[in-house]
Amino acid sequence: MPVTEIDSHQIHVDDEGFLTEYDEWDENLAVVLANRIGIELTDAHWRVIRFLRDDYRTQGDTATTRRVQAVGGVPVKEQFALFPKKPAKRMAYIAGLPKPHGCV
Amino acid sequence: MKRLVVLGAGTAGTMVVNKLRPRLDPADWSITVVDQDIEHLYQPGLLLLPFGVYEPDELVKPRARFIPAGVDLVLGEIDRVDADANSVRLADGRELGYDYLVIATGTSPRPDQTPGMAESEWHKSIFDFYTLDGAITLRDRLESWDGGRLVVHVVEMPIKCPVAPLEFAFLADAFFAERGMRDRVEIIYVTPLEGAFTQPVASRHLGGMLDERKIAIEGDFMVERVDPDARTLVSMDEREVPFDLLVTVPLNMGADFVARSGLGDELNYVPVDKHTLLSRTHANIFAIGDASDIPASKAGSVAHFSVELFAKNFVEYVHDRPMTHPFDGHANCFIESGHGKGLLIDFNYDTEPLSGKYPMPGIGPFTLLEESHTNHWGKLGFRWAYWHLLLPGRPMPVPTLMSMVGKRREPLDTVLSPER
Repeated sequence: MPVTEIDSHQIHVDDEGFLTEYDEWDENLAVVLANRIGIELTDAHWRVIRFLRDDYRTQGDTATTRRVQAVGGVPVKEQFALFPKKPAKRMAYIAGLPKPHGCV
Repeated sequence: MKRLVVLGAGTAGTMVVNKLRPRLDPADWSITVVDQDIEHLYQPGLLLLPFGVYEPDELVKPRARFIPAGVDLVLGEIDRVDADANSVRLADGRELGYDYLVIATGTSPRPDQTPGMAESEWHKSIFDFYTLDGAITLRDRLESWDGGRLVVHVVEMPIKCPVAPLEFAFLADAFFAERGMRDRVEIIYVTPLEGAFTQPVASRHLGGMLDERKIAIEGDFMVERVDPDARTLVSMDEREVPFDLLVTVPLNMGADFVARSGLGDELNYVPVDKHTLLSRTHANIFAIGDASDIPASKAGSVAHFSVELFAKNFVEYVHDRPMTHPFDGHANCFIESGHGKGLLIDFNYDTEPLSGKYPMPGIGPFTLLEESHTNHWGKLGFRWAYWHLLLPGRPMPVPTLMSMVGKRREPLDTVLSPER
């Protein structure tokens, strides 16, 4: 796994830049990651990101957009508005979680 | 007397009872399988029926014919499972107690879950093909259709047989070409995925095949609603795709009783350990086939390979021994590409579909990720094998666990889109 340095953090990432170590993430890093893909984090973004972090800790998987809607209470339409074009990937990237399973 | 109850007598449930009856002493074990209707549908045939390859009566046989002696087939609708009381209640009030429960009730298309889909244009200009009724009405529509804009669409993953909508697009291209009207038909493939398929190497091969056939692809499209009057698909991010004929794969969901019983996730799939298929919350419940949440294709081949291992694991488990036959997520799918040709893909949890020969390295006779006539004949021949070998639990001439032998690794030059 490649190691990269972002904002003076040493972090492990996969080939596409998704963090691979849950504990290497913090909220400051999220701001940096979001900026890299052109997203300014608001309270609405944080609500999704905190849900994803908590959900991953109990489930061991990155939540799907459907789960963020059903369990996290944020409609898919709003996820598209907050994280345009590819919300599932972008939310996971900022939250420092593995890329969601390309469903097979 | 121990009681095993299997819910669902489809592909997975039928194989389970056929594999387990000989392994469980009838003096010690009763086996009951529950289904809501009397007919077993050969689902792979639904893809080909709209193009006139099969007649409906070739795809349906009585379920009872595939249930072995010594297994009780109960017909009835399942109301709910009371997992704390180890009991299944049917809609007519009957109760079935169990010591072990296997949930094999599959997944179903749910057009009602997308606004506008199953309304005024349903089965007029909007069709599914994963139901016998949908496939038949679509066949009749295609027969008289004089051309226009055909949109082949997937609502959301996961879906049953994830390659089927691509196959439908390939077969439609060939169907219209053979009728001399391909120039009057525009074909667009609309998908929530980034590309043609879920995994990089296969996505590249299959995407290239769409290009060759002049089938446009509209990716990252998460549908919000269908406008039946304007005949338009509208996405969550306000993109619109108009159609004259829409062939859609509706949202797939597990059975509603799974949700009512508190045993499912957001899509009514039962969370299980992906290697043993044992429920993550109940030590005497397994889920197998499309009904589980394992990150593998929802496909008959996955059901088949997993049942082979499950049957051995189950016998170990009920004798308090560790389960020693972990499932690897092996899937193996024929992909029809039109004009009497097809591809084959073979993959598992860890290894994506690669090119090569199968099942014998260097020999085949099947080619992986490459079109051939042999693959097409393999697909047609599979219908016989399904009824006569697969369902009765007889040996199939392919390995259960995925093998790397005979496969080629390919370098991937396109890794990521920087936009993520």
